[in-house]
Amino acid sequence: MDKPKIGFYWCASCGGCEEAIVDLAEDILRITAAVDLVFWPVALDFKKEDVLAMPNGSMAAVFINGAVRTSEQEEMASLLRAKSQFVIAFGACAQLGGIPGLANQFSRDSILNYVYDGAPTVVNEKHVRPSVRCEDNNRTLTLPEFRSVVRTLEQIVHVDYFLPGCPPTPRLITSAIDALLTGKLPPPGSVLAPDVALCDQCPRKKSKPEQIRFAAFKRPHLTSMDSDLCFLAQGVVCMGPATRGGCEALCPAANMPCTGCFGPTSRVHDQGAKMLSSLSAAVDAKESDQVDAVLAGIPDPVGTFYRYALPASLLRFSANIGSAAVKETL
Amino acid sequence: MSNDESIRTGFYVCHCGHNISDVVDCTAVARYASTLAGVMVSRDYKYMCSSPGQELIRQDILEHKLNRVVVASCSPLLHEHTFRNAVAAGGLNPFLFQMVNIREHDAWVHADRAAATAKAQALVSAAIRRVALHKPLQATRAPIHPDVLVVGGGIAGIHAALTLANAGKKVYLVERQPSIGGHMAQFDKTFPTLDCAACILTPKMSAVRSHKNIVLWTYSEVAKVDGYVGNYTVTVRRKARYVDENLCVGCQECIDACVFKVPKFPDPFNLGMSMQKPIYIPFPQAVPQAAVIDPDRCIQLKTGKCKKTCVEACADRKAINLNQKEQLLEIKVGSIITATGFKLFDAKRLPEYGYGRYPDVMTTIELERLVSSSGPTGGELRLRSGKPPTAVGFILCVGSRDMRTNRWCSRTCCMHSMKLAQIVRERTGAQVTVFYIDIRAPGKGYEEFYDRSLQQGVQFVRGRVAEVSDCALSPDEAGKLVIRVEDTLAGFVRRVPLDLVVLAVGMEPQADAQEMRRILNMSCSAEGWFLEKHPKMAPVSTFTDGVFIAGCCQGPKDIPDSIAQAGAAAAEALALIDAGGIDQEPNTAYIRGEECSGCKSCISLCPYAAISFDAEKQKAVINPALCKGCGTCVASCPSGSIGQNLFEDQEVFEEINGVLDYV
Repeated sequence: MDKPKIGFYWCASCGGCEEAIVDLAEDILRITAAVDLVFWPVALDFKKEDVLAMPNGSMAAVFINGAVRTSEQEEMASLLRAKSQFVIAFGACAQLGGIPGLANQFSRDSILNYVYDGAPTVVNEKHVRPSVRCEDNNRTLTLPEFRSVVRTLEQIVHVDYFLPGCPPTPRLITSAIDALLTGKLPPPGSVLAPDVALCDQCPRKKSKPEQIRFAAFKRPHLTSMDSDLCFLAQGVVCMGPATRGGCEALCPAANMPCTGCFGPTSRVHDQGAKMLSSLSAAVDAKESDQVDAVLAGIPDPVGTFYRYALPASLLRFSANIGSAAVKETL
Repeated sequence: MSNDESIRTGFYVCHCGHNISDVVDCTAVARYASTLAGVMVSRDYKYMCSSPGQELIRQDILEHKLNRVVVASCSPLLHEHTFRNAVAAGGLNPFLFQMVNIREHDAWVHADRAAATAKAQALVSAAIRRVALHKPLQATRAPIHPDVLVVGGGIAGIHAALTLANAGKKVYLVERQPSIGGHMAQFDKTFPTLDCAACILTPKMSAVRSHKNIVLWTYSEVAKVDGYVGNYTVTVRRKARYVDENLCVGCQECIDACVFKVPKFPDPFNLGMSMQKPIYIPFPQAVPQAAVIDPDRCIQLKTGKCKKTCVEACADRKAINLNQKEQLLEIKVGSIITATGFKLFDAKRLPEYGYGRYPDVMTTIELERLVSSSGPTGGELRLRSGKPPTAVGFILCVGSRDMRTNRWCSRTCCMHSMKLAQIVRERTGAQVTVFYIDIRAPGKGYEEFYDRSLQQGVQFVRGRVAEVSDCALSPDEAGKLVIRVEDTLAGFVRRVPLDLVVLAVGMEPQADAQEMRRILNMSCSAEGWFLEKHPKMAPVSTFTDGVFIAGCCQGPKDIPDSIAQAGAAAAEALALIDAGGIDQEPNTAYIRGEECSGCKSCISLCPYAAISFDAEKQKAVINPALCKGCGTCVASCPSGSIGQNLFEDQEVFEEINGVLDYV
């Protein structure tokens, strides 16, 4: 009998999710022995044509990481969806939009203007911008279109399962692949991680007081953090209470607060709003200037509370990025 | 309700006479609702809350086999119970019902008929979609502990305690001073009848002491209150009195025997106008009639080096116990009446009136003690120089009705001053002038009392006094206090020379009212008075069930009003106790046990202290008996692990979808 065929693909991502596969170490041998890797552009020389040649549904599963920003990513996501029985959104960017999703605060034009002109390291006298089509010496060159907003994979194609994390941990990856191979799968649409917030498994849980008020917020790089005490008890924003567990509390173990990469639990529609609601209710200030002073400790609220999940949030993008964005997402 | 059972909704829109139908086209709303999914019956009716209106719902439930009901009418605060009962009368669970407020939220705030009708329809669409998700719920019934705690032993607390005790309920009366009696005990006479304050108060004080159903704890304070309506656990701090009040007979031999031969410490009951010893009885009619030792003044308690002549004098009675310690006692009660009273405005805050600078500027309460037969002068009114006064002025609204201090009217000062004015006229024959802004005499017999003041020759000058000074501009002002005031009726500035100026200081919330508010989980008005649940319909209830308020802690009032409120609060407590139990709205929040991460974020946010942490399971727990369904924890739970009956996420989203569908 043929071994099940598996593919990996990346969209708008940093490549960390690809590294996570390599991080499986010896386990990768066990997996490659059990499956046929039929598509993995970052590591193996497959082309789009190879995918086009596959019969629909012939792959058992494809793991797609990265958010979706370009027309090419949309096209590949749709193509892989057709060829695969299961599509797994792999990592925070595919699941929630991830760090690239923070670009949803800015319009397409302002991003391109900065990257191709404004950035201090750029010289671009002709103010060239990438365009979808370009004629050069009677040759036509094309580029994928840069869309107005960053979207999650599920906002493009139907996704069967989600593997959370920036990147997903080796343990979650192997258990997900094992579940696929054995057919012991949770209900469709599930996130393949526990549905309880991180505090549940955080080694610092016991040190969190029952009564907590924030008279100031401290930033991790500007404060000397106690290595045993709950971060929130130290006045450091930790996204743990609003973030799905399953990462084995790696960051708190390394004396860094949770930044929320596993996204919200299944019961929460908007991770950032939930954390904001929880923290702001406990701000220890009455007058508006006191409130301002406390909030000064969080100079980048979107980057703090929506670091990984802005495109998956209720608002999805900033209102000032224009009607094109709204049109694209409808 | 099983999933496959189809939703059969009855919809009713109320005209509320013309209240709603003048602005909202009720027939159009009913017609629109009839087109919505699951709606079997859709009607409009003139008064849905009337018996025929309720009967309509009951009949339709039976006839059309309805399993959901929506009524669009007034605020749920007014008639949610009415309609829930009607739904229950039809045999349905009363929580399979949703109410739409198209009166306060629509008809009363809009004028455009088409737009208001559209808004009503959008709200109706939301409710009809939401109600389909409702689940049957059960109101739970919590038992009520029959004992009552009364906090504060002034006239309000005394009256409430006696009323409850006479009805056979056990009452704990906690008073922080060494004696009950409050402010009223300091008064000489009461307006408008001029009957002796002590003669009407003392019997009630004694009755408290001897009542078999009252446990009286003076010199005690409420330290902590846990629990909820019907089941409060109260910790009372009993300060060390150093005299066993059950053994002390009030013979005063210990006071006579004290090593301080002469009293040398200011006596607070007489506002420092007389002196007392370290061991004292607060005032002659004090209840309990037992001595108390001030540990800051007693040589033995301060240094341990006294001959203890007091103990010697007490001899076999052995009432004095210099080793007594403060005690924390825990009691269980079902309801609490707060009657913690007020404090008087500090006249030093208005330096222009010279209080504290001129010896013959005094407050009304000081004058009250001076004219009292049990006061420091035995009721003889004398200036500090020892001479009787010949011209006395009262300044009203001191610290009241003033943007700089307190904006409110203290309600009693006009009458109180007129009472004192009459007494001063009677006792000294002095010329008496009352400087007022408005005379407020709205009670029974009060206007007549004002007339009596006029007949007795009390002069009234209308105008807010600018200053009191001793600066004489003419020979007749020499050696006198001079009031400068714009007489707003005569239209010129007067200078009035007087030898005694009395400041009618207003009432303020107790200095520690905020602490009391926190202990009892009540609300306060911006001024700091304890807030009643409704200014008209629930004047002695608070937002914390089972906690009632009476007397001046709720706002300035006179003795009759305080007693009336105390009686009302006692009646409310009795109604609660005799109901035997209390139905609790099932709109409570609950922790989804397995999903809670134990992050504790919710615990400090709960305004009702209903959430605790289960250290064994490492999860939060909500006590449904304490939960008021405010939703704070639900909204802020960072992992969405708290649900709330009647406000489930799906229900709220469906409601939003309903509105969005319409627009």
